[in-house]
Amino acid sequence: MAYITCDNLILGYEGTPVAENISFTVEKGNYLCIVGENGAGKSTLMKTLLGLTPLMGGSITYGDGLAAYEIGYLPQQTFVQKDFPASVWEIVLSGTLSKCGRRPFFNKAQKQLAEENMRRMDIWNLKKQCYRKLSGGQQQRVLLARALCASAKLLLLDEPVTGLDLRVTAEFYQLIKELNEEGLTIIMVSHDIHAAVKYADRILHVEREKSFIGSTGDYVKSDFWKELGSYSEKII
Amino acid sequence: MVETLQFYLSYPFVRYALIVGTLIALCSSLLGVTLVLKRFSYIGDGLSHVAFGALAVATLFDIGSTSVVVMPVTVLAAILILRTGQNPKIHGDAAIAMLSVGSLAVGYLVMNLFSTSANISGDVCSTLFGSTSILTLTKAEVWLCVVMSVIVVAVFILLYNRIFAVTFDENFARATGLKASVYNNLIAIITAVIIVLAMNLVGSLLISALIIFPALSAMRVIQNFRGVVIYAAILSVLCAFVGIVLSILFSTPVGSTIVAADIVVFFINSLICKIAVK
Repeated sequence: MAYITCDNLILGYEGTPVAENISFTVEKGNYLCIVGENGAGKSTLMKTLLGLTPLMGGSITYGDGLAAYEIGYLPQQTFVQKDFPASVWEIVLSGTLSKCGRRPFFNKAQKQLAEENMRRMDIWNLKKQCYRKLSGGQQQRVLLARALCASAKLLLLDEPVTGLDLRVTAEFYQLIKELNEEGLTIIMVSHDIHAAVKYADRILHVEREKSFIGSTGDYVKSDFWKELGSYSEKII
Repeated sequence: MVETLQFYLSYPFVRYALIVGTLIALCSSLLGVTLVLKRFSYIGDGLSHVAFGALAVATLFDIGSTSVVVMPVTVLAAILILRTGQNPKIHGDAAIAMLSVGSLAVGYLVMNLFSTSANISGDVCSTLFGSTSILTLTKAEVWLCVVMSVIVVAVFILLYNRIFAVTFDENFARATGLKASVYNNLIAIITAVIIVLAMNLVGSLLISALIIFPALSAMRVIQNFRGVVIYAAILSVLCAFVGIVLSILFSTPVGSTIVAADIVVFFINSLICKIAVK
């Protein structure tokens, strides 16, 4: 059974459907990129997968040992966070909160998990630093460490390279690729279809009427790629 | 001066005022950090106006203890403000502005139309800017305040990690299965309770100062959440204590003296921040 099985999803918010007939599965070890034009329902799909937005139709089933809410989420930065006085340690540790159950405070195991993931992301030396004073790339690593604390199985990244410069972007993609090779399942919502084609092994192209789901190899042969991919190549 | 202070402290009403004042300052600063960071600084102001309106109506019906009416109405308004704040069609600030001026107007109208008191403007003034009623507290009122404060502090400490998660990143918290709306409502309710308690101390116009100043001061110099919360609490308690003592010594209005102390502390901390950067 797959981690996530989506069957005939209807996406939308406040009663207005945005995209329909979306069916796909996410298997363990997949690297899936969700692409599509703005307003086509990428963010809504992601919020629906996370359980933040109610489903308008269809069904989502979690399986293969993945529970609902067991998704490590890397959100886009909110304006609240830009001047938030929090240390790196506090933020990463908050990712383990779902493992608290009804306990009010963190225990040793959770602190250890936070430390492991900070070392994994190479930010252990920033432990006491203030989040708002870090560079964009470092901030993403902090949020990534937090996401890894929430789930060791599946990461969902929302436009993770927005606002990063070219070198940091390349490093970030490499980091995600390495995590995927270590066995983590990745779902990434992205504008950057060239990076998507380069790194992901599966592509979900969301569009109003019909969507594409398949391997990256099939995607570059499809009409979706011919239209969008070649078009954006001309711009570059 | 020390002798005068000792002389005053020998009176129970002065001790009561100090206990209640510092406790309220403590509670409001704890909540203040979250409210400021969530961009709800104005919620204190809005709610205090609602409390003013409710108080006016309660006095009209001559109900023994006015907080029986004021408390639930303010709590309800708090939840309402948070709800509409999440509604994309009405923005949070507009909702608060609407509610706050509305209840201020209605409150004053009711007071004017139906009041039997000879000194309406005096009544209004003391409700808005705090009265000497902090110096006429009964033992029961002091106990009520102590119990409420203990509850607020206990809830805050027990839920500290969750409050942090919801404040820093509500979507992430919800995505990991945390019931964020429960915590948001809880924060709103506690804020409402504190505001009703604080009305005695500083009056309804000045309450938001107690909520925002300590948090803003602390955020100037401290770079982590726990530190900000603790430092804000210390500053707030200190300012309330000093403010009350000064107001007794120099017979100034209690509320505005406390707020003036908060403002001074804010500028000192801003200065420290500027020097530290250099």
